[in-house]
Parts: sequence; C-alpha cells; structure tokens
Amino acid sequence: MAEAAGVPAESLAGCRARAARTVLDQVVLPGEELLLPDQEDGDGPGGAGERPLRLNAAARSRGRVVCGPGLRRCGDRLLVTKCGRLRHKEPGSGSGGGVYWVDSQQKRYVPVKGDHVIGIVTAKSGDIFKVDVGGSEPASLSYLAFEGATKRNRPNVQVGDLIYGQFVVANKDMEPEMVCIDSCGRANGMGVIGQDGLLFKVTLGLIRKLLAPDCEILQEVGKLYPLEIVFGMNGRIWVKAKTIQQTLILANILEACEHMTADQRKQIFSRLAES
Amino acid sequence: MDRFMQRGLDSETKKQLEEEEKKIISEEHWYLDLPELKEKESFIIEEQSFLLCEDLLYGRMSFRGFNPEVEKLMLQMNTKNKAEEVEEQTVELDVSDEEMARRYETLVGTIGKKFAKKRDRAIYEEDENGDIKPVKAKKMFLKPQD
Repeated sequence: MAEAAGVPAESLAGCRARAARTVLDQVVLPGEELLLPDQEDGDGPGGAGERPLRLNAAARSRGRVVCGPGLRRCGDRLLVTKCGRLRHKEPGSGSGGGVYWVDSQQKRYVPVKGDHVIGIVTAKSGDIFKVDVGGSEPASLSYLAFEGATKRNRPNVQVGDLIYGQFVVANKDMEPEMVCIDSCGRANGMGVIGQDGLLFKVTLGLIRKLLAPDCEILQEVGKLYPLEIVFGMNGRIWVKAKTIQQTLILANILEACEHMTADQRKQIFSRLAES
Repeated sequence: MDRFMQRGLDSETKKQLEEEEKKIISEEHWYLDLPELKEKESFIIEEQSFLLCEDLLYGRMSFRGFNPEVEKLMLQMNTKNKAEEVEEQTVELDVSDEEMARRYETLVGTIGKKFAKKRDRAIYEEDENGDIKPVKAKKMFLKPQD
C-alpha cells in the first residue's frame, strides 16, 4: 500500500514544473509551477548540447515578464494560483517579456487598482460616500473626486445612486478608495449613472468576454434597438432602453449569452429581430 | 580678532558638535551582524490587473443614438488606446531646443534690466547684435578687513 502510494507521488513531484509556452491555452491547476522560456532544462529531449549557449544569449535580451492575475512569482518561476487557461500576450513595443495570465472564471470581485466599476452609494458620512462595489469592504469616495466639484459646489449624489468610477487604492491591507475623475481631472464618462435602467450581476469572465475588442454579441445587440449599457469590472451591468420590456429582454440576453453557443445566440437574435 | 555682530557658534565648534553627535548616534544604532544578502534582480513583475493583459473596450456604451454623449465618449476612449501607441513615435517640436536656450539667455537680461535701478542699468551693456548681456561684476559692499 505504502509503496503504491509512494511511487505516484514521486513521479508527480518529478515532472511538476512545465515550460510555460508548452501549456499556453491549456488548463492549468493551482500549485503548478511554470518555467519561463529561457529557463527550460538543457537536458530535455532533443538538442541538449547546443541549448545552453542559445539560452544564455536569450536570457540577457529578455526583458521583464509580467505575471498577471492567477499567477504568482515563485523564485524564478511562475506559480499558478487559479484554475483556468494559461494565456500569453507578446510585448507590443520593446519592453520585453510579455504578459502571462490565467483566464479563470469567478463571481466574487476583488478590488484592483485602475478597474472601472459600478458601485451603489450606501451611506454618506461627512465628506465621503460609502460605495458598495461587491468586494469585502465598501469603497470610499470623496465628494471632491467629481469633475468640477469644490467645497462649495458639491456633487448631487444621494444614497442609492449608481456610480461609475475607478479605484485609486485597492490592496488587501487598506479600504479601497475610488474616484470619478481621471488623473487630469476630467470625468471621462465617470460619475453618477442616470435615471431608470436596470442593474444586474453576471460573472467576471463574461464582462471581459463582452468587452473584448472583437465581441460579436455586442455588435448584434447594438443592432436591435437604441440602448445604453455600462459595464463594471466587478460583474455588474447596467442597461437602459426606451421601454421596460426592451430593457428586460436585453438583460436576459446578456445573462444568458454566457452559456449559449454562437448558433443558439443567432437564433434568438433573429427571432427578436422579427418580432 | 574683533568679532562684531556674531550670532551663534563658530563654524569649527559646530563641526565638532556634529561629529560628536554622529558618534553617539552610530554607537546606539543597532545592526544585524549578518553577511550581506544579495537579492537577485528579478525579472518577473506581479500585476493583478486585467488591463495589462487584455485590450478591453471602454465600459460605457450606447447604440443607435440613445445617448449621444456616451457615443462621443466611446469614439474618444477607444481610439485613445490605439492612438497612444502611435503618438509615442512622433514628438514634434515647434521651437527647437537651441532656439529656446538662446531666447532665455537674452530674456534674463532684458527683464533684469527692467527691475534694476538707474545706477545698475549701466551694467547691462548691449552686445553687437543688440542683445542684452548682463556683465557679472556688480559693485557690492566690501567688508573692511581687520
């Protein structure tokens, strides 16, 4: 018994670290270690003798590698912390290395600096608003963090309003803080989201899928009828159309399109277009 | 030596006092008696944000003219992402650096002349080109030596 249990454990431990580029777009599990391209073992199969020379040259020209969400640094290697598919993006211009990250799915949002989110104002205490963003703590939003706000000219924000803003402080040690202006002091579409409409919650992966540059779903949705959508990276979507029925249809489509195939989606859209 | 109008300590005495303070401080400072650990420069940076990974569009959208301001914003923000890459390459200067340096050199003299008293205006002589060039030697009060 002990022997049988011991052997698999050894073999597992032996082949734990895989090269990152061999695992691209495949499922990785938490606990796996990944080797960066210029750390692969010289005595792998094929070309063992020549490898060390080539790797040294590559190592010097390698720039900084960015390890994104789902990965952590572990010595010289990457350690996977979320299960999902491993992705890689080549560096656009110069600053080398590229970005590795894990495309995972989750519903719980963790505040990240720079993310644009939709929040609900829950309290107004003194000079700051407490905004619920779906994280572990409500974020704080100062009343001066709106475009054109001064001590005398306060923004018109009430409890229960929807706010579209971005995080300036978001780490595990401090309460998250958000603002509704950018670094130049302009609003850029952030601030209180208007009247009416519907707010609903989806998974974080769906938001990223919908906000991808080549998203067909949004293009098709845009052809149906005039509408307005706001996407928050915390999994919240706000939609508004001319009638309540149209708004509800839109909300249902967006929620359902996560689990539909492209054909099913096209069927639904064509049915809608007819009616 | 006569010393009039002397406030505070002499510079020598000051130096001595500073050195004594430093000695006291360095003896009191605690330090670890370990060999210096050399941290390897790591090539890996950790980032928790998806903005670097994927090129995501701007979060507010409007279709078929429902909200014209948002539609304008959409165009602005989505082209800003692509325009940023192009702008890095071309930085055009209206005025070259050398010309700026020349202008500033003469500007200092012109403005200085404006605020100088009549007696001092003679210091600002005119160059051949008509540019104002301030001469450095100005008449200052010389302290009588003992």
